[in-house]
Amino acid sequence: MNWEEIFIALPKFWDGALLTLELVILACIAGFIIAIPIALMRASQNWWVRNIPLIYTFFFRGTPLLVQLFLFYYGAAQFDFIREGFLWPVFKEAYWCALIVFALNTGAYTAEIFRGAIQTVPHGEVEAGVAIGMKKHTLYRRIVLPRALRMALPSYGNEIILMLKSSALAYTITLMDLTGVTRTIIARNYLAIEMYFTAGVIYLLLTFVFIQVWMRLEKRLLRFQNV
Amino acid sequence: MFDLQGFGPQIAFGAWMTIQVALGGLVIGLFLGLLGAAAKLSAYRFLRWIGQLYTTVVRGIPEILVVLLVYFGGEDVLNRIAESFGYDGYIEINVFVAGITALGLSFGAYATEVFRGAIQSVPIGQIEAAIACGMSSPKVFLRVTLPQAMRLAIPGLGNLFQVLLKDTSLVSLIALPELMRTSSIAISNTREPFTFYLIAALIYLSITCVVLIAQQYGERWANKGVRQVRT
Repeated sequence: MNWEEIFIALPKFWDGALLTLELVILACIAGFIIAIPIALMRASQNWWVRNIPLIYTFFFRGTPLLVQLFLFYYGAAQFDFIREGFLWPVFKEAYWCALIVFALNTGAYTAEIFRGAIQTVPHGEVEAGVAIGMKKHTLYRRIVLPRALRMALPSYGNEIILMLKSSALAYTITLMDLTGVTRTIIARNYLAIEMYFTAGVIYLLLTFVFIQVWMRLEKRLLRFQNV
Repeated sequence: MFDLQGFGPQIAFGAWMTIQVALGGLVIGLFLGLLGAAAKLSAYRFLRWIGQLYTTVVRGIPEILVVLLVYFGGEDVLNRIAESFGYDGYIEINVFVAGITALGLSFGAYATEVFRGAIQSVPIGQIEAAIACGMSSPKVFLRVTLPQAMRLAIPGLGNLFQVLLKDTSLVSLIALPELMRTSSIAISNTREPFTFYLIAALIYLSITCVVLIAQQYGERWANKGVRQVRT
């Protein structure tokens, strides 16, 4: 192990880690915003409302993230109307493509997690809400969603960790995230093992810190459970 | 229609390679998963520690990093070892072997947890009964523990296989000619990235569908003789 070289490269790793974090946090926020309405639609009684968003979740959950990234980043340029359209500044930037694809991808997984949670909200609680005379949207805002989101916390935490790990694919479309930075460093000093090892340790640290924070959050939001 | 400007056969070959990589990763992963579960449930603290280290590390770092580490890192290690023995040629690792090893490693880490949970939920009384009948411990495992654990493990393993199938696209980054790679090659000739990546996506979707159906059959097979709650 060449510790000296690892130490020299640390500031670059730090820059990469920052971009990785930025991508993951923004993608998860956007994904959450996408997931709520999709999950509500997926839990609907109406066949059409339930199954139209299925096309979206099925596509994004059934294909590799790499294909989705390439389809967006390289694929969009195939069409003249996109290249000449007003959205081209967005599609031509690797950063925006990565962000959009990550958000849509995690949104699809999150939507299915939330749908499962919404469907496990005890029926008695919903009936109680109706009995008090709540309107449908008050019922969702006050009872169904707070209850479902709390129950989804453990699986949602797993999904965020998966997103953190998948974000390493951003380097394939030229972004300098943690993995991208690692590869450029290796191209200079040829120390593949040392540098991948360091990147692995940083990813492990990020996951570890995230798990600690998330466990705190779970404990706080689910404190009614372990009375 | 399926000629795809002459790249149809190449894409089909890529899809077949993807299936081979997925199955290869599955075999290695199942083996590692069983080994990991055995280590985690072992009576020896050292083995339990090894199992814990394996699952924590591999589940905590990105799959793509595992692939790159096994391919480039593995080559690096082999060459350093060879060098210390006085061999001065360059050793190259076969991409296919590196690919299925890397995917198997990450599948195995998740499968360890699935197997551990499944084995732990086999009632201890049954294992004691088998021992009381005079069965040797491999026989207890093969005849009592495994068939019952399998029933509980299949849904979890099926989900993991779906993930593995999508992760096979990562080995295109170490130039293994699977579906993504052959699509990229076709694109560099035809300049139609959207068309070819969309076709690749649809092929992945159809393989996923086949796996889903196979999983349902597998569950039905493993559950025969078990009364199920129907609502």
